[in-house]
Amino acid sequence: MQLAIFIIFGALAVAGALNLLWQRHPINSALSLVVVMMSLAVLYWSLGAEFLAAAQVIVYSGAIMVLFVFVIMLLNAGEEEHTTGSRAAYLVGFPGAAAIFCLLSFVFLSESKALGVTNLGGQLDNGLNNIAEISTVLFTKLLLPFEVTSILILVAILGAVVLARKEQ
Amino acid sequence: MSATVPVAYYLVLAAVLFSVGIAAFLIKRNVISIFMSIELMLNAVNLTFVAFAHMWHQVQGQIFVFFVMVVAAAEAAVGLAIIIAIFRTRQTLNVDQINLMKS
Repeated sequence: MQLAIFIIFGALAVAGALNLLWQRHPINSALSLVVVMMSLAVLYWSLGAEFLAAAQVIVYSGAIMVLFVFVIMLLNAGEEEHTTGSRAAYLVGFPGAAAIFCLLSFVFLSESKALGVTNLGGQLDNGLNNIAEISTVLFTKLLLPFEVTSILILVAILGAVVLARKEQ
Repeated sequence: MSATVPVAYYLVLAAVLFSVGIAAFLIKRNVISIFMSIELMLNAVNLTFVAFAHMWHQVQGQIFVFFVMVVAAAEAAVGLAIIIAIFRTRQTLNVDQINLMKS
């Protein structure tokens, strides 16, 4: 079950990411990024992070991607064109990304024994369920950082309004 | 019956998504597409956090992901506002033509 979920939604996520790279029109890239985020939500659920799976769907594919699609349509963004800069980027981009991928997967696969295996749903050390444990830690030990993030969001709202405002 | 998956496979999947994000970040010429590839890289890193949280049977990694999501939401709002401001002054979204701080 775990293996089947991993293979199906992992392949879907990789296909969505490659489609993001492949498509020339930003709206197609945005929609394939939604596919990646939804499959990642299923993978979070399979790792026992139910709260994050819901938050991923609501925050990422709900709020952030709607904002992206809204801006793409507002600015009427068309297909991107090839330039001399993009040819140089192809020469640097693919080998660089391949090198980073080889390095990361070499490290992960050589430490595979020490990392262990996953089982569906996961379990926490102290028996509580996922959401109860997250809220306990978030509202006791990490209360100050949690409140500070609300100030961060407030500043971001004000900054977005100021930056996107029409200049007089 | 229930076949388990090594944690390393989840990490390799995250590495694939992160490398595709890097390639898209370098290759894309549209500033909105570049911004979307940053979001892809953030998502790949979030997957490693969740995998490690599962491995240690602890919840701290998931709280990290929660804070990354909050910061990503704030960053998307401000970044898209900056993109709108750039488009208003330059009338283009191509990063090759946005090479001066002041037009």
